[in-house]
Amino acid sequence: MSRRFGPAAVHVILIAYSLIALMPILLVVMNSFKARKAIFGAPLALPSSETFSLIGYSKVLGNSNVGMFFFNSVSVTLISMASVLLFGAMAAWALAEYRFKGSTLLALFLSIGIMVPIRLGSISILHTMVSLDLINTRLALILVYTAQGLPMAIFILSEFISQIPKDLRDAARCDGVPEIAIFFQVIAPLLRPAIATVAVFTVVPIWNDLWFPLLLAPGKETQTITLGIQQFIGQYVTDWNSVLAALSVAILPVIAIYLIFSRQLIGGLTAGAVK
Amino acid sequence: MARLNLDQVSKSFGTAEILKAVSLSIEDGEFVVLVGPSGCGKSTLLRLIAGLDPMTSGTLQIGDRVVNDLAPAERKIAMVFQSYALYPHRNVRDNMTFGLKFSGMKKDEIDRRVAEATRMLQLGELLERKPRDLSGGQRQRVAIGRAIVREPDVFLFDEPLSNLDAALRVSTRVEIARLHAMLRATMIYVTHDQTEAMTLADRIVVMNKGRIEQVGAPLDLYFTPANLFVAGFIGSPGMNLFSAHLTQAAETLTATTGFGYALPVKGATLASAASVTIGIRPEHVLFGETPYQAFSARVDLVERLGEISYLYCATVNGTPLIAEWRGRHTPSVGDTVKLSADPGTIHMFGADGTRVPDAVR
Ligand SMILES: Nc1ncnc2c1ncn2[C@@H]1O[C@H](COP(=O)(O)OP(=O)(O)O)[C@@H](O)[C@H]1O
Ligand SMILES: [Mg+2]
Repeated sequence: MSRRFGPAAVHVILIAYSLIALMPILLVVMNSFKARKAIFGAPLALPSSETFSLIGYSKVLGNSNVGMFFFNSVSVTLISMASVLLFGAMAAWALAEYRFKGSTLLALFLSIGIMVPIRLGSISILHTMVSLDLINTRLALILVYTAQGLPMAIFILSEFISQIPKDLRDAARCDGVPEIAIFFQVIAPLLRPAIATVAVFTVVPIWNDLWFPLLLAPGKETQTITLGIQQFIGQYVTDWNSVLAALSVAILPVIAIYLIFSRQLIGGLTAGAVK
Repeated sequence: MARLNLDQVSKSFGTAEILKAVSLSIEDGEFVVLVGPSGCGKSTLLRLIAGLDPMTSGTLQIGDRVVNDLAPAERKIAMVFQSYALYPHRNVRDNMTFGLKFSGMKKDEIDRRVAEATRMLQLGELLERKPRDLSGGQRQRVAIGRAIVREPDVFLFDEPLSNLDAALRVSTRVEIARLHAMLRATMIYVTHDQTEAMTLADRIVVMNKGRIEQVGAPLDLYFTPANLFVAGFIGSPGMNLFSAHLTQAAETLTATTGFGYALPVKGATLASAASVTIGIRPEHVLFGETPYQAFSARVDLVERLGEISYLYCATVNGTPLIAEWRGRHTPSVGDTVKLSADPGTIHMFGADGTRVPDAVR
């Protein structure tokens, strides 16, 4: 009895959780295809032939600013992700592989970053960016997001690196492979599943962030999509068609990133490397 | 060309001294096997030679160069690991060529070496496969191939056969012996398996707790072990060891065990009242009437292997011993047998555990 009951209960909980998590997204996407009246009239109804409307999408996609916001978001997110992955993997390898003065201290320092939210430092980050003259640049966001993502990335990647057999790098050293190539050509390919995990975990909070764009890059030219959508929300009237359409479009890149990396998430770590 | 010389090499990890002043000379083209119980420092020594770990003190010479401060690749060594350590996402060919590409070697030369290794190890149809699509034995052959293409002065093997099943272990062992005959390169081979050591080695180095106990040809270690450790370690089943007590009566010195086995002995270093150890290999135990000193024992267990059987016996005071029986009609469990040994095959070790040569008359 209890044997059959265990997995079933777990599935019920998971399905319930998925529904709760997916519901708002479904609601947003559904209503983005409806005319304004229908959004308010029957928010839970599917779009029908009478209520179907692409007005939100045509407004959003026709708005030249939205394209720019999108570009800002994509570039900031991708460059931040790439930096987090590159520097995170290199740092994790260095901390695992090389003993140098202060390496323990450095590892400790990085682990503090996991526990202390970066937003606590917003004021001093703002000060720093002002004095570096980086306010209203995408570089400011990239720097902050890289710093935000690195501690967790290093933590996860270190775990994976410690599972890679030491013989592999020893064999490469005997083989005359330079240290830099040992990392990039022997170790990094084995880290692909871990890198995919870290990529997904890194991208989502960056893409969704409203705080730092508001603080560091609120200028018209540098707004990200999350910030840009706010312009449709007015004090007196909110253009819900546009808001919902913009939100729906904004979900797509995250889904794309997930699809790209989820294939990497599966698959053995070192199948065939060692017995 | 590729002599190898270790002089007072020590290695500590933190406060733990793992290798204690190891000195060893290896000739060009020699096949040297390091044996010893697990944890005695064999792998550590091999890694020092490879340059994967730094030495704490001492000097290491390969050829006529002191290589203490050289990187592994500059030492002209190649290493084969127990875990194979193949690059998992590269096919067999790339596994062999990956390292060479960094040395700036010409493509024709790389191709020539790969072709030769492929032929020697019969890797022909495996070249395009990934390591995960190979069996254990094939993986180990690829790992050996990766070592061969480097054309190193010294090959280092760290328990290369331990992950293979018994049949494959024998055939790969033969292959390694053949390879050594063909390449005539210096080889240092670590194992804890006696059979591998005895069959492959020109010389065996027996290690224990970070020290070298004895270096010698396989049969020298077998017939004249330098101390109790080597006596117990080489040979399977191990040598029977009996502690004995020396007494002087008139001109003759006699070693007597607790179960009354008395042997007349001689030797300048032996003195009355000293404790010694007598060693007799199971295969040197004789049964029944012989011209030699004898003692009796009860058979507790018989292990029949075919041509030979091992009798697990207990002497009158319960001291266990193993005797090898040749032939079909073994004594039965519970029988009392009369045992003896030719003095020429009996070993004697002093109180400090070192061999006393020609002690038994
Ligand atoms: N990197 C290391 N740090 C600390 N101790 C080590 C390290 N490598 C090996 N040792 C210790 O050195 C001893 C010898 O190990 P090893 O050379 O691997 O023995 P084996 O003869 O079985 O190959 C062991 O007690 C092991 O715990
Ligand atoms: Mg070992």
